[in-house]
Amino acid sequence: MSGIGYLSPALVILGVFLFYPLLKTGYLSAFITDVRGRAVRLAGWENYLDVLTSSTFLPSLRLTFLFALMTVPSTIVIALLLAVMTNRRLRGITLFRTTYASTMAVSAAAAAVMFRALFHPSAGAFNTILGMLGLPEVGWLTDPSLALISVALTTVWMSLGFNFLVLLGGLQSIPDELYEAAMIDGAGSWRRLVHVTVPLLSPVLLFVGIVLVIDSFQSFGQIDILTQGGPAGSTNLIVYEIYQNAFTRNEVGFASAQAVVLFLIVLVLTALQFKISERKVHYQ
Amino acid sequence: MKPVMGRRSRVLTYAVLVALALMTAFPVLYALSVSLMSQADFNAGAFLPSRPEPANYARAMESFPLLKYLANSVIMSLLVTVALLVTSSTAAFAFTFVAFRGRGIFFGLIIATMMIPWEATIIVNFQTVRDLDWLNTFAGLSVPSFATAFGIFLLRQSFLTLPQDLYDAARIDGCPRRRFFVTMVIPLSRPMLATLAVYGFLTTWNKYLWPLLVTSDDRVRTVQIGLKMMQGEEMTAWPVVMAAVVMAIVPTLVVLLFGVRSLQRGLMSGALKG
Repeated sequence: MSGIGYLSPALVILGVFLFYPLLKTGYLSAFITDVRGRAVRLAGWENYLDVLTSSTFLPSLRLTFLFALMTVPSTIVIALLLAVMTNRRLRGITLFRTTYASTMAVSAAAAAVMFRALFHPSAGAFNTILGMLGLPEVGWLTDPSLALISVALTTVWMSLGFNFLVLLGGLQSIPDELYEAAMIDGAGSWRRLVHVTVPLLSPVLLFVGIVLVIDSFQSFGQIDILTQGGPAGSTNLIVYEIYQNAFTRNEVGFASAQAVVLFLIVLVLTALQFKISERKVHYQ
Repeated sequence: MKPVMGRRSRVLTYAVLVALALMTAFPVLYALSVSLMSQADFNAGAFLPSRPEPANYARAMESFPLLKYLANSVIMSLLVTVALLVTSSTAAFAFTFVAFRGRGIFFGLIIATMMIPWEATIIVNFQTVRDLDWLNTFAGLSVPSFATAFGIFLLRQSFLTLPQDLYDAARIDGCPRRRFFVTMVIPLSRPMLATLAVYGFLTTWNKYLWPLLVTSDDRVRTVQIGLKMMQGEEMTAWPVVMAAVVMAIVPTLVVLLFGVRSLQRGLMSGALKG
């Protein structure tokens, strides 16, 4: 069999379900579409103008950036803490590592349902704990100023496992001699973290950071189950907005224009990630 | 070598590790606990059931076709995992052991697909699957995920570590390329194939948006969508729903338990040393 022969199964799938839809989405974004999502009238830039002036898209984009800001740094800090704590030789450490990694086995849907119970206004664990501390109950998912934070909390928990594993791998590749040298110089554990671990881990931290930003731009399942974009649009992140326009409002051309914008944002982020990992290879 | 820890600092370390483990596992432990509660326990804001009620699991299976949903998830995940192993290994083989015109361009093209977010393609993919009459079929659920650049990349990294001499020697001995692929490359790359299998199974089992779009029928609906279906009404029977959640996460927790090492190795060589 020839090279193309070996390549063709992957090529056909990626062509039909990634390249073709991307081009077709670009095409549809220039048209007004019918209910079945077929192009009926050339619209030029009309959909894009509508997107930019719509009452929902720019707020949705702003919320998505805010959401990334809420989730990405906190996930990195907590995952790094877990990784630093388990990067040592101790009896039973595998058990702790597996526990910390376990959140990656929990799907967005299952995590969201669990957190819906935790957020339950009268009976959920979070309000019960607040009550025990003598604090007032809060409307985790019903208060528009709090709902995005609640969705972010769920998302941080979901992402911990995977990012913990990646960071732990990064830590394990730092040679022990560097820590020994730092220790001989009298550096305490905090100074070792700041002056040895973080600088040597920086390529991995950047990788993790960008993957997390891309992930936060693709969040959907937890929103669909926790808030459906509400209350008052306060958790209407970009993929949820696209989904609503394409599949509930049947405005396929308009939704396609939004999908193109999402593609461009992710494109820039991914390009950035490639540049960084390229630099890492030279640096090693 | 790390310094030998004193007794006190070791106790402290374990205390922190346990506290972090409890915090990380809290949502799952709470779900497990609620799944064994009576509705009254839950309504009262309890953390632990006053009397364990395993009947919630039976109730979850009676009121929803949960076993069917789970079976559907298994079928979809296995289909995608097997297909990913095939498409990724053949493509990676082409990129490592077969010289052909345009190899570099094709490799660039495949790497470029990493920049396309799946969510940006759902509108047209939905139309494609609808026009193929694949809505509410396992084909519609799984075929679009049958190849990923990540899988190809991961296996290429692994195949590159096999010595080229091996290939040259096999060719001189008159071993056809296909036999070399099946009898040498595949067995020698078992660890990385396992990594890809674990990764493929986990991500497919946990898929949400795509199954939501292409299924509207219990015959093919996956467990993730089943979880969504179980709520929604005004009164959610939380203990029953949590029993379903527990059943939905057990398969992936088991896969993770056995696959965590292999996953970690793959993440390091595939994702980071790229």
